[in-house]
This record gives sequence, C-alpha cells and structure tokens, in this order.
Amino acid sequence: MSKVTLDRVRKVYPNGVEAVRPSSFEIPHGELVVMVGPSGCGKSTLLRMVAGLEDITDGTLSIGDRVVNDVDPADRNIAMVFQNYALYPHMTVAKNMGYGLKNRGLPKAEIDAKVREAARMLNLSEYLDRRPSQLSGGQRQRVAMGRAIVRSPELFLFDEPLSNLDAKLRNQMRIEIRSLQRRLGVTAMYVTHDQVEAMTMADRIIVLNAGQIEQIGKPSEIYNRPASTFVASFMGAPPMNLLPASYNGNGHVALGDDLALPIQADADHAGEVQLGIRPEEVHLSDKGKTPFQLDLIEELGASRLLHGKLAGHEFTVNAPNDDAPLEGTLMLDLPQHALHLFHGETGRRL
Amino acid sequence: MKRAVFSNPWLPILILSPQLAIIAVFFYWPAGFAIQSSFFLQDPFGFGSTFVGVSNYTDLFASSEYLRVAWFTIIYTVLVTFFSLAIALLLAVKADNVLRGAKTYRTLLMWVYAIAPPVAGLMGVMLFDQSTGPITELFGAFGWDFRLGVNYWDTATAMIIVAVWKQVPVNFIFFLSGLQSIPRSVREAALIDNRSASGRFWDVIFPLLAPTAFFLLIINITYALFDTFGVIDTLVKGEPGNNPMTLVYKVFIDGFRGNDLGGSSAQSVVLMVLVLILTIVQFRMMERRIHYT
Repeated sequence: MSKVTLDRVRKVYPNGVEAVRPSSFEIPHGELVVMVGPSGCGKSTLLRMVAGLEDITDGTLSIGDRVVNDVDPADRNIAMVFQNYALYPHMTVAKNMGYGLKNRGLPKAEIDAKVREAARMLNLSEYLDRRPSQLSGGQRQRVAMGRAIVRSPELFLFDEPLSNLDAKLRNQMRIEIRSLQRRLGVTAMYVTHDQVEAMTMADRIIVLNAGQIEQIGKPSEIYNRPASTFVASFMGAPPMNLLPASYNGNGHVALGDDLALPIQADADHAGEVQLGIRPEEVHLSDKGKTPFQLDLIEELGASRLLHGKLAGHEFTVNAPNDDAPLEGTLMLDLPQHALHLFHGETGRRL
Repeated sequence: MKRAVFSNPWLPILILSPQLAIIAVFFYWPAGFAIQSSFFLQDPFGFGSTFVGVSNYTDLFASSEYLRVAWFTIIYTVLVTFFSLAIALLLAVKADNVLRGAKTYRTLLMWVYAIAPPVAGLMGVMLFDQSTGPITELFGAFGWDFRLGVNYWDTATAMIIVAVWKQVPVNFIFFLSGLQSIPRSVREAALIDNRSASGRFWDVIFPLLAPTAFFLLIINITYALFDTFGVIDTLVKGEPGNNPMTLVYKVFIDGFRGNDLGGSSAQSVVLMVLVLILTIVQFRMMERRIHYT
C-alpha cells in the first residue's frame, strides 16, 4: 500500500541555509497529514522534496516500498495541487485534467471517461470546454483538484491550496477536499499556515518550526498536550497564555511572589518554567482563588475575550457570552488539568 | 477606460498637431508624391515629366529582374526571420535555465542590440573580406571558396548572417522576458504531468510564449524587409550589378542610381501596400488570437 516514509530527510540550499533539519516520520496508507507552521518553517520545502521539485540533500524518501529520491516527479505517481492552481492557461478544463494521462500514453477514450468522471464528482461537467481564465477562483481550485484526481495517484500533495480563496469558499472547499480524500482513500500531505485548516482536516498534524519538527500527533493531542511552547502558542485561537513561573519540583508552581498553584505533574525539573493556560479552559468564578485584572473586552459573538493581567503578566480569558458587565478585578478558577508546564529555557513540555 | 471630454473641440486637435504635422510631412506628403510620380515618366535631369498611366506598374511586373529581386526578398525574409527567431529562442531557453551568472550572459547577449545596422554591415564586410576576413578563412579551411561581392549566393549568405546576428538580441530580450513571465508553478505542474523535457516545452512553454512569438514574427518580417537596408548597403556597396538585393534596396538603386524616379515610385507604392497588409494582419491577429488572461 502507499505509505510514505521519510528517513532523516534534510535540505540544505546551495547558499548554506538548512531549510529542513533531518526529519523522520511515516504516513500510513490513506492518512491525511497536515504540515503546519509559520512561513519559512520548511513545510513547503518538505512537500516539494516529496514531489521531486527540490532535491533531497540527505536521507531517504520512500513512497510505498520504493525509494524515490532520484525518481522524476512524473514517475513518482503523485499529484500536486498548487496554491495558485497552476492550471495551463492555454488548455481547456478537459485538456488540463487529461494532460498527465495523455503523457502516460493512455488511450483517448479512457482519458475522456476519467475526466468526465472527475468532472462529475467536482460539479465541473458543464465547464469542460472552458479555459481557466473563464472560471471563478473556486472553479479553478476544483479543476486543480480534478487534475490531481484523474491521475489516480498514490499520494496527493497540497501546497496551501485554499489560501487564494475567500473565507466562505475556503470553509466549503476544506470540507470538500477532506471528504473527497476520505472517499478515494488516497494518502495525502497537506501544507498550510492556517491552524484552523490543520485542526479540522488532519488525521495527524506535523508542526514545524525553523526547519525542525516540533510535534507530530492527532489534532486533539496537539491541542491538549502541546509538546513545546511553540506548538502551544501556534495552535489554538486565541493562543495559549504563557507565563514565566517557577516550579518547586513538588506539586506547586509559583507565579510571582504571592501566587502559588497546585499542579499535578511529575516533572523532575525544578526552577524556571513557563506555565501554559488555554484561555478557554479558565473560568470566571466567585469561588476562584486567582485574581485577574481586566483591561479590555473583545466581543466575538459566541463568546468574548477578556484581556488583562494575571500576576502582572498579559493574560487572556475566553468567557461565555452573557451580558453581565465586567470590570475591575475578577476571580478566576484555574483547574489543574488546564495547567501545562514547559521548560524555562528549552520550551519543551515537562 | 475613462473617456476624456474636452469642452473645446479644437483643443485635442491642437495638442495632437505636432504629431500630426510630423506624420504629414514625413509620411503623407512623400507617400502622396510617390503615388503621383508613379504615374509619370520623369526626365532624369529634372526637365519635366510625362504622364504614362499605369505603365510603370505593368513594366515592373513584366520585368524579370524585378520578379527575381522579389523572389530573393521572400527567401531572404523567410530565412532571416526564421533563423533570428529560432536562434534567439534557443539562447533564451538556455539563458533562462542558467542560475549562476545569468545577468552576465544576458548582458553579453544583448550588447549587439546597441549596434546600428550600417555598423553591423561594416563589421560584416571586414569579417567576410575576401583576403583578410577571418570568417572567409574559416570557410576556406572547410574548402568553401567564399567570395563576398562576387558570388551571388556567397554575398546572400553574408547578408543573411549579418542581418540575423543583428536581430537575435532583440528577439532574445523579448523571448527571455516572455519565458520569465511564465509562472513557476505552471512549469512545476508540467514537471509532474510530463517526464519529457521537450514534450513540456512544446506542450506548455511554447504555447505560453506564442503571444510573444507572434509579435516578434511581425517585427522580424518588417525588419528583414525594410530595416536591413543599412546591412545590404554596406555589404554590396558600389557593386549592385550581380549582387543580391531586396525590394527596398532596389527602390533606392533604381531611383537614385538609375534616376528612374517613376519606376522607383511605383516600387515604393507596391511596398506601401505590402506594409499596409502586414499591419492589418498584425492588428487583426493581435486582437483576436493568442492571449490567455
């Protein structure tokens, strides 16, 4: 079956920049893996190495059981969807979708049948004779999808395919791509910088930072147990609050001079730590023990964000939306399961 | 586009008048004069002229020499256009692939563009010189006894080589910028769709260059037909007798050397019609075909 294996794959550009540090992971057959990270983190480079558009400096890449380091992109049996669709402007929709098949020497009737089938799936049947310039952004996106589908590849590669679409269309296409990939059962790698896309679409997420894999895991793992302060602050909106604190190695973390919180942790590190608390896991409560100085309220409709200070540090609380006026110092309830501890210097989870 | 409205109808005419005056003085007036004089037989010494109707034209098309020059012009134009486009395209594709020192290559290739046609012709005269020309010597080493200005086809070869050499940089610049405007992702999509590099070129790259190529085709035909006058003039200077020439050069020879102003005017009217046709074709094609966005 078509799993994808990366073994210590590394990319160094001729100018000496190490865009991807040695990275190893395996994608089982049929899984959709989202690679997410800020721009310049190496996620696109990683994808382009899998596609064969960039050389692999070190390490081995296998698709199925075949090592493909030196295989032509056209022979890797992959299909790629590009950010700006990369349709051939001089070809009709049908020709765009059939071009790869034509070059593989498939008979015309078979190409026709496959193109029609894909077009039906993507609601493009009436546009087969149009040129890309006569289509809307969403339709072009679909043609790019269709071009990928007709090849019946072992692996789909998506390079930020939705970032040129408006928000509404993006949500719709997100669902379409996800259900299509499920239905076809094809392994897929998906690159995005949008953490919502990553959370909603992925079977597993790979979070990258500065050419290095920070964490690999299911969306719930990434959200509930971020492996580092980077992952903690990158995934989740609004991001996790991170407060400098110190841990006595014995069940209490001290925030400033007069605030100590009990914590269930068996970390063997004592000293400087970063205390992570998700804004949505904190509750306003009269019985709470932690004072919070409110500065500003942002209305989000479904909820509201309270910005202020906790023990002298910036802190955000995601509170349910009732109309009760809030001001001044509020009391917060910080449940133990909401507290995440990270190493003060390395930022790794304790 | 916003339509500008002038309150005074004479203002736009006033603003346009310098341009109109130049066109009138340098085009309409001489063109009208040429049409008029093509119906007259001019006295070589300027003592009057006789109306001869269309006989200048009938003489022209009955003249085997004129038809021979016309044939040569066609062959010359086709060869110059083809080779300057093909060589420039090849160089542009190669330069586009170069990653290091690309700027230097491009600058070196564009330099020739700055040379005036007569200067290019003069350099051709030196390079192809019968006794001292290095290219003549090179041909000699291969057993080709090259004789510029003596052998008809040898001279034609030199004319074509110099004209092509002069035109390649212009085409190169256009082709290169055309290539560079093709989005990288489209090339990459082709890379995944087609393993053959030549297949990718003809299926994807070349069609996307077609607007540039068509524009250059018209430019090059015009160049070969009309602008190579300087090259031809320096290469066959003094001895037009048995040497190849194009229709434009023949207008000059017959009019100013042969003092046959009427016949020469008739020839230039024929050329004017040719230019008119080319221009119409160009505008029609540009409007209708080959652009995608």
